[in-house]
Amino acid sequence: MDIKAYIILSLTLFTIGVIGVLVRRNAIIIFMCVELMLNAVNLLLVAFSKMHAMSPAAKALPTFASDAQIFVFFIMVVAAAEVSVGLAIIVMMYRNIHSVDINFLNRLKN
Amino acid sequence: MGNYFSFPDLLIWLPLVAGIICFLCRKEQSAKTISILASLLVLGVSIASLFYTNDKKYLHFNNVNYIWLKYIGANYFIGIDGTGRLLTLLTAIGFPLVLMSASRTKYVSAPSFYGLLLLTQAGLMGVFCSLDALSFYFFWELALIPVYFLASRWGGEKRIQATFKFFVYTFTGSLLMLIGIIYVYLQTGSRTFEDGTVVAHSFSLSSFYNAALSSKEQFGLFWLFFIAFAVKMPVFPFHTWQPDAYDQSPTPVTMVLSGIMVKMGLFGAIRWLIPMFPAATLRFNEVVIILCMIGIVYASCLAMVQDNLKKLVAYSSIAHIGLMCAALFTLNPVGIQGTMIQLFHHGINIIGMWVVLNMIERQTGIKQISQLGGLAQKAPKLTILFVIVALANIALPLTNAFTGELLMFTGLFQYNHWYAAIAGIGIILSAVYTLNMIQKVFYGEWKPVSNFFPDLSITEKLVLVIIVALVFVFGVYPQPLIDLTKESVNQLLMRLK
Amino acid sequence: MNMVWLIPILPLIGFLINGLGRNSLPKAVSGFIGSITVLASFVLSLLVFMQVKAGNFHQTLHYFDFIRLESFTIPFNFTIDALSSLFLLIITGVGFLIHVYSTAYMHEEDGKDYAKYFAYLNLFVFSMLLLVMGGNFVVMFIGWEGVGLCSYLLIGYWYKNEAYTDAAKKAFIMNRIGDLGFLLAVFWLISKLGTVQYDEVFNAANLAKLTATDITGITLLLFVGATGKSAQIPLYTWLPDAMAGPTPVSALIHAATMVTAGIYMIARSNALFSLAPITQSVITVIGLATALLAATIALRQYDIKKVLAYSTVSQLGFMFLALGTGNYVAAVFHVLTHAFFKALMFLGSGSVIHAMGGEQDIRNMGGLHKHMKITSITFLIGCLAISGIPGLSGFFSKDEILAGTFAHSPLLYGIALFTALLTAFYMFRLYILTFSGTFRGTHEQEHHLHESPNAMTIPLIILAILSVIGGYIGVPEALGGHHELAAFLSPVVKSTTHHLSHNTEYILMAVSTLLVIVSIFIAVFRFRRYSTEQNNVFTKWLENKWYIDELYDAIIVKPIRGFSNFLNQFVEKRIIDDAVNGVGRAVNYGSRQLRWLQSGQVGAYVLLMVIGMLLLFIIQLFL
Repeated sequence: MDIKAYIILSLTLFTIGVIGVLVRRNAIIIFMCVELMLNAVNLLLVAFSKMHAMSPAAKALPTFASDAQIFVFFIMVVAAAEVSVGLAIIVMMYRNIHSVDINFLNRLKN
Repeated sequence: MGNYFSFPDLLIWLPLVAGIICFLCRKEQSAKTISILASLLVLGVSIASLFYTNDKKYLHFNNVNYIWLKYIGANYFIGIDGTGRLLTLLTAIGFPLVLMSASRTKYVSAPSFYGLLLLTQAGLMGVFCSLDALSFYFFWELALIPVYFLASRWGGEKRIQATFKFFVYTFTGSLLMLIGIIYVYLQTGSRTFEDGTVVAHSFSLSSFYNAALSSKEQFGLFWLFFIAFAVKMPVFPFHTWQPDAYDQSPTPVTMVLSGIMVKMGLFGAIRWLIPMFPAATLRFNEVVIILCMIGIVYASCLAMVQDNLKKLVAYSSIAHIGLMCAALFTLNPVGIQGTMIQLFHHGINIIGMWVVLNMIERQTGIKQISQLGGLAQKAPKLTILFVIVALANIALPLTNAFTGELLMFTGLFQYNHWYAAIAGIGIILSAVYTLNMIQKVFYGEWKPVSNFFPDLSITEKLVLVIIVALVFVFGVYPQPLIDLTKESVNQLLMRLK
Repeated sequence: MNMVWLIPILPLIGFLINGLGRNSLPKAVSGFIGSITVLASFVLSLLVFMQVKAGNFHQTLHYFDFIRLESFTIPFNFTIDALSSLFLLIITGVGFLIHVYSTAYMHEEDGKDYAKYFAYLNLFVFSMLLLVMGGNFVVMFIGWEGVGLCSYLLIGYWYKNEAYTDAAKKAFIMNRIGDLGFLLAVFWLISKLGTVQYDEVFNAANLAKLTATDITGITLLLFVGATGKSAQIPLYTWLPDAMAGPTPVSALIHAATMVTAGIYMIARSNALFSLAPITQSVITVIGLATALLAATIALRQYDIKKVLAYSTVSQLGFMFLALGTGNYVAAVFHVLTHAFFKALMFLGSGSVIHAMGGEQDIRNMGGLHKHMKITSITFLIGCLAISGIPGLSGFFSKDEILAGTFAHSPLLYGIALFTALLTAFYMFRLYILTFSGTFRGTHEQEHHLHESPNAMTIPLIILAILSVIGGYIGVPEALGGHHELAAFLSPVVKSTTHHLSHNTEYILMAVSTLLVIVSIFIAVFRFRRYSTEQNNVFTKWLENKWYIDELYDAIIVKPIRGFSNFLNQFVEKRIIDDAVNGVGRAVNYGSRQLRWLQSGQVGAYVLLMVIGMLLLFIIQLFL
């Protein structure tokens, strides 16, 4: 398939993720959008990896351009870790202010 | 390298140590005694250093050179030449007078007050002795910081604003100077230490003098340094911090500020600015002179309409310093010589003025001329001594200031006779506001609200008599001071060739 | 000759003793010390004078180097020659008489102030002696400002009175304005010749080094100094106000000595002035104008001292007229005779004021002759002398001035002659109104009238004798004399007037004498029977001194004050201070705006993060 489609899809997902982070107020939704962004990047990485693997230079080397796929695993691990920490923070936040609305978090002011 | 024991060292460390001891004192009386004794000791050291002179090694006389920050080539390098000796002598004479006249007032937490004053003295001595740019800068700031604390803690009602403005203004100027210093530093050649290490650049005075600076660089650096010194002196239009600062500070601090610290600015110009940037000086000296001339007339006019005694003397000080700076930048041997001896004379005279004002403010609490009057009736001795000091300030012949002004004006006249005529207007105006002040404050009917006004106490009489004696001694025979600074003048002029 | 330095030092010692001991010395002692020091100086001056006269002596005595630089040196030295020794005699001689007079006049002051008075007076004598003995312009300037200072201290002697201290301040400031001119001349000399020593400056070789502009400039500036010190137009208004000081002060400082400093200076520098025709014309015109102006004002003054003050200004104008026409010897001669008769008249007026219990308005006097014969007769002698009646000293000196003026320009002579007539008129107006006719004061004053004590009358008598015989040292050749004064001064002072034929001189003398006598008679008849004088617009102008003080106030004092206030309010406060404070305020404003970034909103932070990343990205791509 044409790499362009993957790029557009990935970009779209990423943009939706960014806008979601900026616009949404619910902390959990924001997290989901962050995940969305990460996964969009994953998609792009895999797509490019496959694209390079299908090029003529890859015939000689089966693991040509597989770095990106390894990197995807890294991203997934990091995402998982981050989600666990983040959700823990959200739970603490809920315990304190009984809401997951981020606009209530302004103690850093002044 | 220097000897283990040297005069400039003593001059700096004595007040420093004494100041720290003062901080540790509990009782006000012991702080006072320690500070006065220490300052007298410093005076003794300073006078002794005058006798151990060696005319040939005028510049690096009796210097001490300890390695401080080796890898960037900064040394604790101090020594005194003619100008330095004159100014350290002024500081050494000024501080006992200041401390003695301050001792009559009761200050809250007095030990810190006296301690801070001594720290200021240490800083000032350091400035006048430094032969290394970084230690010069270090001592420059060291002199400034205790003054800030002194003024902000023991000052008048509007002290916070006044000292804040003073501090930020001066500090900005100093930062500009620091930029300049670092720039010149990067242009200096390498330097070898005794143990064989070679550093790429050096902060010492001689390497600064020999740094190869192109004309364009000199022009820019000249202004960076000049602004720093101009704020300190102060020169129009960088003077607006001064009247408020002098007004709101406690008077002993004002004595130090106007008597000695302004000389830091002029000294900086003599020791650092002009020798380092001869091309720029030759190019811009006219501008500086014009600024100073405007300052003289402007400040004299403003002094005439001031009601606040302290601000009046502050503006008159701007006028005097303006004249000294103008004469310095004429680059004329007579003018520069005049400025050098006037550095000493002006310091003494203005301290005398502030001593009297201190007394008036302490006894009556009034600073407004419109509310004062007839003091001569209750305090005739004070009146007479004050009239003498005031006349010294307007350079009456047979007073010390006359000799300085004669030379300065001759130099200015030789540079451009119209400038001398305009600056001469300052002479007339100074007579106007000084006599006005004397008349409104001392003559006429008694005006202040309270009737209590004792005449001079022993300490104050001593202080004023010493000042008056200095006024007349150097008024009749100024030659020693001229001889003291002759070499410095020549050296300065040689750099300009 | 090696005691010469004692001459000024003795009065200085007197100043120190009286000044430091004023709280403890009894009055008699202070007065004695004050007077004896001046007497001692007088004796020494006499010895010096005789040595100078005998040996035609001219020496400079060097004491130490005041300022020594590589380019020039200003030594502190005295020059003893004919001119300085003559002035020494005048200062110490008349000074001594006035000191003695003061011991009685100031008797009502309490001990402290009495001693202070004598201290200041001695200090003045010291400064004046420095002035005339100085060997260069700087030492002269030291004395010059010193006498200005003493004048300030003595005019404001009764310091509780604000009007008096105002007068003192005015005197000092006007002097200072003149001093600026003097100083600029000194700087000019240093720049061009590298010296201020008299013998070096007046050396023909050095003079040749100066261009015409130099000479004109230097002499004009010196003359500006002289106008300040010697009360000529435009800096004369301080002198009448200076009458606020005690009368002996007015006699000594403002009649006999300090005000003559300007004339001394120009006489001393005659070599320089003779080469500056422009300056000389200026001096002539100003001198004559001042003489005329002051004489007209004196016609309508009612304070006895003010009349004498304006008379002094007028006579000083005459002296400058003489200097301007190159008649230096005549000017010095007139200084001498004027010192005698003017001091005499001032002391006489002091005697009158003393008798009248402090009254100074002549409208309230009259007929004092019966009560104060000595004062009256001596005063009359003074009036005759100043009018220029033949036989008295004033005749010789004034006629010499007039003759010199005629040689220069008959028109100026006419104006000068007219002024001389006015002089006679107002002086006799003063005499008649004060001493003859009927007494117009109050009863208590009438009871109080008495002749003054000996300490006051004896100086009067001495001065009167001097006013009579003092002129005989300058008898002109036209009348058969040798003009010893001119001969005596000739090594130092060279007059440059043209000589008139003896016949012309006789005619001039006769004309002036005749007209003066007529003028006196008119005055006597006019004021014999005194009723209030008529006032019309013109006399109002005279009485108010041509409103010059008000003019100065309007065009100088107020504008300067206004300008300073403007600078203070507008420039200092608004422009500069606001600029500086403005920087502070700008920083404050900026930081407050930036503070909104720290809203504490997490969302905002994230937004900023994203924006930052985008920016970095773009920069990376394109730069």
